Amino acid sequence: MNPSLSSAPSPAPPPEPAETILEVDGLVLRFGGVTALDRVSLDVGRGELFAIIGPNGAGKTSLLNSISGLYSPQEGSVRFTGRDGRTVDLSRLAPHRIAQHGVARSFQNIELFRHMTVLENIMLGRHVHMKGGVLSCALYWGRQQREEIRHRARVEDVIDFLEIQKLRHQQVGTLAYGLQKRVELARALALDPDLLLLDEPMAGMTVEEKEDMARFILDINEERAVTTVLIEHDMSVVMDLSDRVAVLDFGKRIALGTPEEVRADPEVIHAYLGDADPATDS
Amino acid sequence: MKDSLDTLPKRLVHNAQQSPLRVAFREKEYGIWQTQTWRRLLRRVAAFSRGLERLGLARGDRVAILGDNRPEWIVAELAAQSAGAISMGMYQDSAAEEVRFLLDFAGARFVVAEDQEQVDKLLEVSDRLPQLERIVYDDPRGLRGYPHQKLIHFAELEAIGEGEDAETNRSVLLERIAATRADDVAILSTTSGTTGKPKLAMLTHRNLLSMAEHLLSVDPMEQDDEFVSFLPLAWIGEQMITVACALTAGFTVNFPEEPETVQENIREIGPHTMFSPPRIWENLLSEVQVKMEDAAFLKRRLYEWALAVGYRRADALRERRALAAGERLRASLAEWLCFYWLRDQLGLRRIRRAYTGGAALGPDVFRFFHAIGVNLKQIYGQTEVSGISVMHRDDDIAYHTVGTPLPATEVRIAEDGEILTRGESVFVGYYQNPEATTETLVDGWLHSGDAGYLDDDAREQQHLVVIDRVKDVMTLPDGTRFSPQFIENKLKFSPHVKEAVVFGGGEYPMITAMITIDFANTGKWAERRQIPYTTFTDLSQKQEVRELVREHVVRTNEDLPAAARIRRFLLLHKELDADDDELTRTRKVRRRFVAERYREMVAALYGAASEVSVESEIAYQDGRTAKVRTALAIETLESETPAGEENP
Repeated sequence: MNPSLSSAPSPAPPPEPAETILEVDGLVLRFGGVTALDRVSLDVGRGELFAIIGPNGAGKTSLLNSISGLYSPQEGSVRFTGRDGRTVDLSRLAPHRIAQHGVARSFQNIELFRHMTVLENIMLGRHVHMKGGVLSCALYWGRQQREEIRHRARVEDVIDFLEIQKLRHQQVGTLAYGLQKRVELARALALDPDLLLLDEPMAGMTVEEKEDMARFILDINEERAVTTVLIEHDMSVVMDLSDRVAVLDFGKRIALGTPEEVRADPEVIHAYLGDADPATDS
Repeated sequence: MKDSLDTLPKRLVHNAQQSPLRVAFREKEYGIWQTQTWRRLLRRVAAFSRGLERLGLARGDRVAILGDNRPEWIVAELAAQSAGAISMGMYQDSAAEEVRFLLDFAGARFVVAEDQEQVDKLLEVSDRLPQLERIVYDDPRGLRGYPHQKLIHFAELEAIGEGEDAETNRSVLLERIAATRADDVAILSTTSGTTGKPKLAMLTHRNLLSMAEHLLSVDPMEQDDEFVSFLPLAWIGEQMITVACALTAGFTVNFPEEPETVQENIREIGPHTMFSPPRIWENLLSEVQVKMEDAAFLKRRLYEWALAVGYRRADALRERRALAAGERLRASLAEWLCFYWLRDQLGLRRIRRAYTGGAALGPDVFRFFHAIGVNLKQIYGQTEVSGISVMHRDDDIAYHTVGTPLPATEVRIAEDGEILTRGESVFVGYYQNPEATTETLVDGWLHSGDAGYLDDDAREQQHLVVIDRVKDVMTLPDGTRFSPQFIENKLKFSPHVKEAVVFGGGEYPMITAMITIDFANTGKWAERRQIPYTTFTDLSQKQEVRELVREHVVRTNEDLPAAARIRRFLLLHKELDADDDELTRTRKVRRRFVAERYREMVAALYGAASEVSVESEIAYQDGRTAKVRTALAIETLESETPAGEENP
């Protein structure tokens, strides 16, 4: 990209008193004797691109699952403020209710319907917004038809946005891995989320696929103004993309700050590289 | 040509008045074919044209256009022409440096770019283009945070153009259009330039419209016809149909959703006319061949039977023999059991005429399409004659010729065998290049640089036969003149061969070839035989792949006169690429450049070694480069027949 452009002020970094969209407070999650999350607290501002990093088994996915309602944490709260200004505690809601509040997510291992087409999979993302019952859907007439057309238009917008027009009618199972990941992102986006949770959106991708995905994530965050929380292993991606980073280690949040702050944090270096050795000091 | 219809914008006005609600354009967007009527098109052209004028566009200025085929491309072109300016299309895959050269040379003040990709290229070089004032972009995606004072959005410019009063605006535009003249330069068209930097041919409204009228007088197109525009609009062939013919005949032009969905979109539209360079037809053929190999046994047998019948029918038609009753029955059976469905799969169900042009198409590919019932015809012409001067007539098609001249077009052969053309469609000269103009244009005759002859061959009309570029025609050791292109096209008939570069004649004592495999098709072939491979280079050097290509070369040799047979060949370790200057932007091999670049390999082909080692530099995604050494095997074919026994 043109150097004169990258120096241009980016509209992304949120001002300090930014409205908080997600507030995780003292979250504790235990599986029997294992404490997966140990009093984790963090806050995400509206419009932020927030990354969660940490070594394997640090509890990143557990945290995401607790936010999206797949796990029920024993202690603490996950307060989410939707577009309507109402604040709810997500940790007390079922996953489909959370989706209705405008929280969408993608999974580390692709969770799509392999034998359905790309279009059908993405249409599913609209499901929470559909009002028709069994009967009106079966008749497909009047209001129901208009509703379906409106949803399809939203889905087409997402298809255009993620540049997957060519795949519309292909079976998901026949697609390359990188493209399946993109379809999963499309489904999450079709939900029209306020908050998007991405669990390792670039895992296992080639360099080129990663570049594409990074661009899409930035575009979603900036052009569609969707607050995004992502888990990622690729450090260069995290450092380039995110506004702020939280670091987990053994279920504890050990650092929180801008990528530069986190990179320089001695505790983070310790978590990633083991015992501090003068040579690794950045 | 009536005065009221002698420029492209005047025809736009005419169409908007005569059939305001007919569909001019259709573009697939958001999964739906969205239409634009002639009336709406005129309104958009008015807005854009007035917008450009308000930003300072003057008569004779150049407006460059860079992007994929979209309605906006044509709006920008017609808007420029309406204001008396000249439009210049640039190939959308051009590198930033090529774009800079063209913009600088043409002195363009405005450039219309499709999206972020194109805008990035322009901004990269805009510091070195002082005369460039505005970059108009169409798709704002990804362009947030590009606060560059030269940038302006397409819709924003249209809004400026619309101003306050639509009625005044419209009448000003109609005035401007009425002031355009037939001899105004309408477009600057880059010539493909198999040698050196591209030149810009100046084509007037008269040139383009006389071409369209002559073409349509031979092959009429109707208002209800459909055409799919998917080849670069910078190419004269696409300008011919999408702009000049569409404005003249008033048919609907369809724009695909994305470059990747072209084939799907063609099938949805079912065009009546198609014009593509040989590579598209070659790809379609390869696709059929490869898919048939994968088909179930019965289907494959049916196809093989039908194809044999189809070949016999096509040959009889071409030689104007009547078919026996039994054979006629078999032909209609083959049509209904196989060809109808096959054409439907290829999106050719409604095709009335299919054209190939821009380069030579191998006779075998030709014969195949006629066998399956596609009326494929050759077009011959250059950018300098608005794209076409000679073409096949329906029912008078010979695979080795390019047909007969269009009405009011003279074609003759110079003493040295060069093809010369004269007529209203011949261009007025190269932009700011009088030397090249005087070399090419002598007493109104366009010197094509192609060698050819007129073939009598017992037809009512003499057909023109094109041999090759004059520079490339080779003289074999036994004195016969032969065209490397002819051999290359024969080689490319195999679905496993993508490109071939043949050397011979002159300094070369025998004929050799450098071949690049078709990675997709050969890869599939290898997978089916459980031959593991990693990269293109690896696959190309597999023993089995070399054998496969070798068999094909042996078969090709059987059809060639002994002196023109390929003696040695090698499979290149990479594909030829326009980004490496090995191909032109219209995908023609730049033979001289390739010979120079692969000097060592050519030398090895004429040596005795059985392999040659190459070092290639690979640029990784992250910008690092690495050198890789590969040994390329050289295959030698024994010459079993003594030289000079057969005739071509």
